[in-house]
Amino acid sequence: MAAICSLYIINKSGGLIYYKDYGSAGRMDTNDSLRVASLWHSMHAISQQLSPVSGCLGIELLQADTFDLHCFQSLTGTKIFVVCEPGAQYMESLLKFVYELYTDYVLKNPFYEMEMPIRCELFDINLTQAVQKDRVAFLGR
Amino acid sequence: MQFFGVSEISPSPPAPTASGNNGHMMYVFNRNGVCLLYREWNRPLRTLDAQQDHKLMFGLLFSLKSLTAKMDPTSAVEKGNLGMLQLPGQGCSFHSFCTNTYKLSFMESPSGIKIILVTHPRTGDLRESLKYIYNLYVEYVVKNPLYTPGSPIRCELFNTTLDQYVRGIA
Repeated sequence: MAAICSLYIINKSGGLIYYKDYGSAGRMDTNDSLRVASLWHSMHAISQQLSPVSGCLGIELLQADTFDLHCFQSLTGTKIFVVCEPGAQYMESLLKFVYELYTDYVLKNPFYEMEMPIRCELFDINLTQAVQKDRVAFLGR
Repeated sequence: MQFFGVSEISPSPPAPTASGNNGHMMYVFNRNGVCLLYREWNRPLRTLDAQQDHKLMFGLLFSLKSLTAKMDPTSAVEKGNLGMLQLPGQGCSFHSFCTNTYKLSFMESPSGIKIILVTHPRTGDLRESLKYIYNLYVEYVVKNPLYTPGSPIRCELFNTTLDQYVRGIA
């Protein structure tokens, strides 16, 4: 199972609404995770503007020396991105499954206010299970 | 809970160009952000004028480099603030990113020369190709006694050799 280092969810304005760390060596404090999420929102938008052909939806995969960053953007502008080790597979399926969890446990929660940080216990529990699960199982969805 | 079938949300990437050339465009920047070279082979969409496009591209690369250095999950050392200027080769750097319409490959030399190649999204790993292009830059530009460092590259031999090489990639 490929190592997942952290997972972020940002709203359509670029604000960080969920951040989960799964064991990075360098611990990022709250302010830094907010800055990183906002910066990713801007980079995602700029990459659309620099596209040589029309119809660009933004960065889907960023490959660095020590990690890969997979990003999924919903039709309404919510972005879910995960930092994992290079070469990790089935991240697209995982991100879509996280989006399903988000719609089921967060958006259907009558006490959750849009654009605010996510504090739903069922979402946390199911997300932890999904991250630890064998991701080949997601292919069949 | 079946939201996504076999169909993709992203529109399918455009077919490779008729000539078989998958390269869209290429930029070369020096360490100060001056655009030394801009080569364009296939760019139907243009949202900004040339100068703003070059500045936006350099800003994107600078910020992405800062972001990846900050996000490095394997390094426990103090990484400093986001946006802090970093020496070439310092910290974790990205080498490519992929969208549904293009793939951008990036290489930075220890002297701060940045080479960016924008290609079709299905292109494979181009790190070795960018190193070869850097060799072309050294052979045809740096070794040209008529070339002034920091000024835009106007070397026909380099352009011709570069076009031939990029046409053969992917």
